[in-house]
Amino acid sequence: MEKLLNDFSPGLFVVQTLLLLLLIFIMVKFAWKPILNSLNEREEGIQGALDAAEKAKREMENLQADNQKLLQEARLERETMLKEAREIKSQMIADAEEEAKNQANSIIEKAQLAIESEKKSAMAELKNHVAGLSIDIAEKVVRQELSNKDKQLELVESMLNEAKLN
Amino acid sequence: MKIFQQSFKFLVIVCVLLLPTVSFANSSSEGDGQISTKKEVEDYILHHIQDSHDFSLFSYTSDSGERKHVGFPLPVIVWGSNGLTTFMSSAFHHNDDGSVVVEKNGSKFVKIHSKIYELDAGETTVNYDEDLHATNAHKVLDFSITKSVVGVLFIGLLMIFWFSSLAKQYKKKAIPTGFGRVLEPLVIYVRDEIARPNIGDKHYRKFTGYLLTVFFFIWILNLLGLTPFGFNVTGQLAVTACLAIFTLIIYTASGTKDYWMHMLWMPDAPWWIRPVLAVIELAGAFIIKPFSLLVRLFANISAGHIVVMSLIAIMFTLKDTLGVAGATGLSFILSFFITLIEVLVAFLQAYIFTMLSALFIGMAVAEHDHDHAHDEHGQEIPDAEDVRGDFI
Repeated sequence: MEKLLNDFSPGLFVVQTLLLLLLIFIMVKFAWKPILNSLNEREEGIQGALDAAEKAKREMENLQADNQKLLQEARLERETMLKEAREIKSQMIADAEEEAKNQANSIIEKAQLAIESEKKSAMAELKNHVAGLSIDIAEKVVRQELSNKDKQLELVESMLNEAKLN
Repeated sequence: MKIFQQSFKFLVIVCVLLLPTVSFANSSSEGDGQISTKKEVEDYILHHIQDSHDFSLFSYTSDSGERKHVGFPLPVIVWGSNGLTTFMSSAFHHNDDGSVVVEKNGSKFVKIHSKIYELDAGETTVNYDEDLHATNAHKVLDFSITKSVVGVLFIGLLMIFWFSSLAKQYKKKAIPTGFGRVLEPLVIYVRDEIARPNIGDKHYRKFTGYLLTVFFFIWILNLLGLTPFGFNVTGQLAVTACLAIFTLIIYTASGTKDYWMHMLWMPDAPWWIRPVLAVIELAGAFIIKPFSLLVRLFANISAGHIVVMSLIAIMFTLKDTLGVAGATGLSFILSFFITLIEVLVAFLQAYIFTMLSALFIGMAVAEHDHDHAHDEHGQEIPDAEDVRGDFI
C-alpha cells in the first residue's frame, strides 16, 4: 500500500487531468459531434428509405391485387359472352332449320298441288287426245268396215265411258 | 487510399522527428550491467512498471565496456522550494539511485527510483535509512513530460487526427472510406452497445462524447503498452485515478433528484434504516465505484505487463537448467500466448471501464417511477434499474 501510494504521482495526475480535459473538449467538438450527427442523419435516411420501399411494396401489392381482380372479372365476362354467343348461335341455327323446314314443306305442298292439277289437266287432255285418236283410228277402221258411222260412234262413246269408270 | 497515404506521411514525420533524438544516446556514468539474475529481473520489471523521465529504446554495452543507452531525454518540470524549475532528464545520466545531483535554480535534485527529490538546504548527498528511504530529501511536485505524458500526448494527437478526418469525410459522403471504415463501426459499437443501453435513449447523447473519448483513450493506450516501446500509461495509478474521478464527477454532477433521494433518504425503507443505507450508499457512490474503476484498470494492465515481462525473463532465469535454446523457446511460446491474451485484455479493460462508467451515469440519470409494480403479495417487483443496481 505504501509502495502504491509512493508510486502515485500527483504531478502526473494534474498533467493527465489537464490533457484529458483538453482531449475530451477537442474530441467532442471536432470529432464526436459531427460523427454522431452524421451517423444519426444517415440512419434516419436509411430508415426513411426503408419505410418508403415498404410503402411502395405494399402499394405495388395492392395494384397487383386490383389487376388480378380486373383480370378475373374480364375472364368471367368473356366466358358469359361466349356462352351467350353460343346460345344465340344454336338458337339461330334451330330457327333457320325450322323456317327452312316449313318453307320446304309449303313448297312441297304447292308442288304437289301443282303436280296434281297438272296431272289432272294432262289426264283430261290425254283423255281427249286418246279419245280423238281412238275416234280417228276407229273412224279409219270403221270407215272401211262400217257403213253406219253413227252407230259405231255410239259404241265407242259407251266404251270410253266404261274405261273412265275404271 | 488517401487516408492511408496521409497516415503514412504522418508516420514518416514522426520517424523523422524521432531520428535526431536517437543520437542523444547517452553513456551512463556507471555501468549498470546486463540483467541476468532473478533479483535484477525483478528490479527491472518494477522499474518498467513505473513512469520514467526519459524515453529509452534499448541499451547495450559498447566495446570499451561502457553501458550505452539509446533513446531520448524528456523535459523535467518540477515545482520545488525555489519555484518552477525545468531541465532535461539527460542531466541525470540515467542514474536512478540518487547519486547524481543536478543543481538548478538554487535547488539540488536527485532521482531515486524514477521519482525526483529535492535535497534539503545545505545537503550535498542523499542519506538513506535502513529501509532505503531518503532522510534528507523531500519529494517535489513533478509536472515533467514523462514517458506516460508522451504516450498520452501521442495517443491524444492520434485520436484527434483519426477521428477528425473521419468527421470530415461525412461532409462529402455518407459512407466513409479507408481507415474511417474501420473506425466507424467502433464508434457505433460504443454508442449502441455501451452508451445507449446503459444510460437510456433519452439521455445517452450527452454522455456519448465522454464515453467514446475514454474508450478509445484506454484501448489505444493499452495496445500501446503491448508494443516494445514499453509505455505503461494505463498502468499508472495517477492516470486511472484521473479517469475514475472524471466518471465520478460526471455521474455526481448529472444525478437527478431521485438519485440523491435514493442515496440519502431511501424511500420504501423503515425510517431507522435510512441513515444506515445513506452511509452505505454514499460510500458506494464516492469511494467504492471510483475505486473499482481505477483499481481494476490499473491492476489488470500492470499485472499484464508483469506477467509478459516475467515470461520473457524465463530466457535468462532458466538458461542454466534448460539451455539457451530451451529457455528461449519456452519463453517465446509462453509470452506469445500471454501477449495474445493481453491484446484481448486491452480491449476488455477499455470496454469494462467505459461500460461501468455508462452504467454509473445511467443509474444517476435514470428516472425512477415511485409506484413500482407490486405483485399479489404486496412485494415490489424489481425493475431492471434496481436489479442492475444490485449487481454493481
